[in-house]
Amino acid sequence: MNPFAYERASDAVRAIAAVAADPDAMFLGGGTNLVDHMRLGVAKPGRLIDVTRLPFDQVEGTPDGGVRIGANVRNSDLAAHPLIRARYPVLSQALLSGASGQLRNMATTAGNLLQRTRCVYFQNVDTPCNKRRPGSGCSAIGGYTRYHAILGASEHCIAVHPSDMAVAMVALDATVEVLGPSGERRMPLVDFHRLPGDAPERDTVLQHGELITAVMLPALPLAAHSLYRKVRDRRSFAFALVSVAAALQIRDGTIQDVRIACGGVAHKPWRATRAEETLRGNPATPEQFGRAADAELAAAQPQPGNAFKVKMLRNTLVAALQELAGVAG
Amino acid sequence: MDALHIAINGVAHDLKGVDARTTLLDLLRDRLHLTGSKKGCDHGQCGACTVLVNGRRINACLSLALTHEGDAIITIEGLAQGDTLHPLQAAFIEHDGFQCGYCTPGQICSAIGMLDEVRRGQPSHVSGDGEHVELDDAEIREGMSGNLCRCGAYVNIVAAIRDVARQAPES
Ligand SMILES: Cc1cc2nc3c(=O)[nH]c(=O)nc-3n(C[C@H](O)[C@H](O)[C@H](O)COP(=O)(O)OP(=O)(O)OC[C@H]3O[C@@H](n4cnc5c(N)ncnc54)[C@H](O)[C@@H]3O)c2cc1C
Ligand code: SF4
Ligand code: FES
Ligand code: FES
Repeated sequence: MNPFAYERASDAVRAIAAVAADPDAMFLGGGTNLVDHMRLGVAKPGRLIDVTRLPFDQVEGTPDGGVRIGANVRNSDLAAHPLIRARYPVLSQALLSGASGQLRNMATTAGNLLQRTRCVYFQNVDTPCNKRRPGSGCSAIGGYTRYHAILGASEHCIAVHPSDMAVAMVALDATVEVLGPSGERRMPLVDFHRLPGDAPERDTVLQHGELITAVMLPALPLAAHSLYRKVRDRRSFAFALVSVAAALQIRDGTIQDVRIACGGVAHKPWRATRAEETLRGNPATPEQFGRAADAELAAAQPQPGNAFKVKMLRNTLVAALQELAGVAG
Repeated sequence: MDALHIAINGVAHDLKGVDARTTLLDLLRDRLHLTGSKKGCDHGQCGACTVLVNGRRINACLSLALTHEGDAIITIEGLAQGDTLHPLQAAFIEHDGFQCGYCTPGQICSAIGMLDEVRRGQPSHVSGDGEHVELDDAEIREGMSGNLCRCGAYVNIVAAIRDVARQAPES
C-alpha cells in the first residue's frame, strides 16, 4: 500500500473542503472496497478523510411516508430497519443478498453506491483497462465476460456496477443528497451512475470533493409489495450474474403500477422503463410479463461469454413478476 | 495522527506511531502478537480475520486500525474465562468443527456475532421478512457464508453452532 495520511472528520464542511482542495484525497467509509483497492494498487490516495463518524447515521421516516437514509448507515442496520422491512422489502432483501454478515456490518450506504466494478481486469493492475487507465484498452472485450454487461455498454468498457442495494433503490425512485464545496444538490439515483460511453473512468456524476449525505426514498405504497431476485454462481456470498428488483400493484387482474430495475447487466443499475411501459394498464399474465422482458431486452448486446444472461434475465424478470402477481407460469 | 486508544479483550492500549496503512488485523497480529486472528485472503473473501468490534463481527483485514479509536475489540484470545472455554470453543472441539484449524478463530468469532444478530431479530436472505428468525441449518449456513473452510469442515461447524444455539435459547 502507498503511504497516506489519515484524518478522522468531525465536521462535514471541513472534510469536503479538505478533499476538494487535494486531488489525491479521498473519503473513507467502511473501507471494504477502498482499502481493498489500495492494497491492489487500483487506488492510491495520498490522504484519507474518514467520514464514518459524521452524524449521517440515522434512518428516519418522513411525514409524507418516505424514508431518509443517512450516508453512514451500515448495510446490515439498513436491512434490519423496521421501516425498510415494512415499506420497501425489496431493499432489505437486496442488502441481505449482498456480501457477508461481516461485510454488511462494515459497508456504508454511500460506500455501497460508490463501490467500483468487480471486473477482474480492472482489479489487476497488470492488464490494460480503460476504467483504471484511460486509453489503455479494454481487456474484457474478447476476454472473460461472464460478469459483464449486456445492456448499455460501449466499445470502451463493458463492466457492470456490482451493487445489489443500488438496484433496489433505483427501482424505488430514490434520490441522492450530496454536499459539495458550493453547497447542496440532489439528483435521482437513476441519473447518478453513468453509462461508460467514451469515459468509463467515471462511474458516477459525483464531482471530486462532493460528499454523499443521504439517500431519500419517496413514499411509494406499491413498494410494500416488492421483492429482489438474484441469480449467482453459488447460493450465498457471490455477486449477481443477473438480479431483478420489482414492485407490482394489480387491481382486478390489471397492472396499475410497476417498478423494475435490473442488476448485473449494465454499467449502472438498470431501470427497466420499457418493461414498465409494456406492463402498465395491461393484464397481469405470464405472457404479458414475457412481452415486457422482451421489450427491455430488445436492445441487449451480449458478449460471446455472457449471451446466456439475456435468457437468464428474461426468466428472472418473468419469475419475479409472477411471484409478485401470485400467478403460475 | 498516529495515536490509537483501543481496548482489546478488555485491556486498554494507548498506542503511538501506528502507521496509517496498518489494518486492524496487522495491528493485532504484528504489533500486539495476538496471532489467533488469521490472514487468509486479505480481501474480505474468507472470514479468517473475523473479530468483534463493539460486539459486531467484521473483517479485520479490510479495516484500518486508526478507524478504531475508542473501540472495544474481542478476538479469539479473549473468549475463554481462564481455563473455561467459551461454549462455542467447546462445541467446536466436541463436534470436530475443524481440521487444520486455520479458519477456526474466524468461524468462532463470526458465529458469536451471527448468534447475536439472530437474537436481535435481524433478518437474513434465508429467513426473509418474517418477524421471527428460526435458526435452522439453512439459516446457520447463510449467516456463516462469509467464513470459508478450505478443509470443508462445514457439516461439523454447523453442528457445533446449532448445539450452542440450542443450549442458549433466545432470551
Ligand atoms: C468479498 C466481497 C464480496 C462482496 N459481495 C457483494 C455483493 O454480493 N453485493 C454487493 O452489492 N456488494 C458486495 N460487496 C461490496 C460491498 O457491498 C462494498 O464494498 C461496500 O458496500 C462498500 O461500502 P464501504 O462503506 O465499505 O465503502 P468504502 O470502501 O469505504 O468506499 C467506497 C468508495 O466510496 C467513497 N465514499 C465513501 N463514503 C462516501 C461519502 N459519504 N461520500 C462520497 N464518497 C464516499 C470512497 O471514497 C470510495 O471511493 C462485496 C465486497 C467484498 C469485499
Ligand atoms: S470492462 Fe471496463 S473495467 Fe473491465 S477491463 Fe474493460 S474497461 Fe476495464
Ligand atoms: S483475511 Fe480477512 S476475509 Fe480473508
Ligand atoms: S479447518 Fe482447515 S480451513 Fe477450516
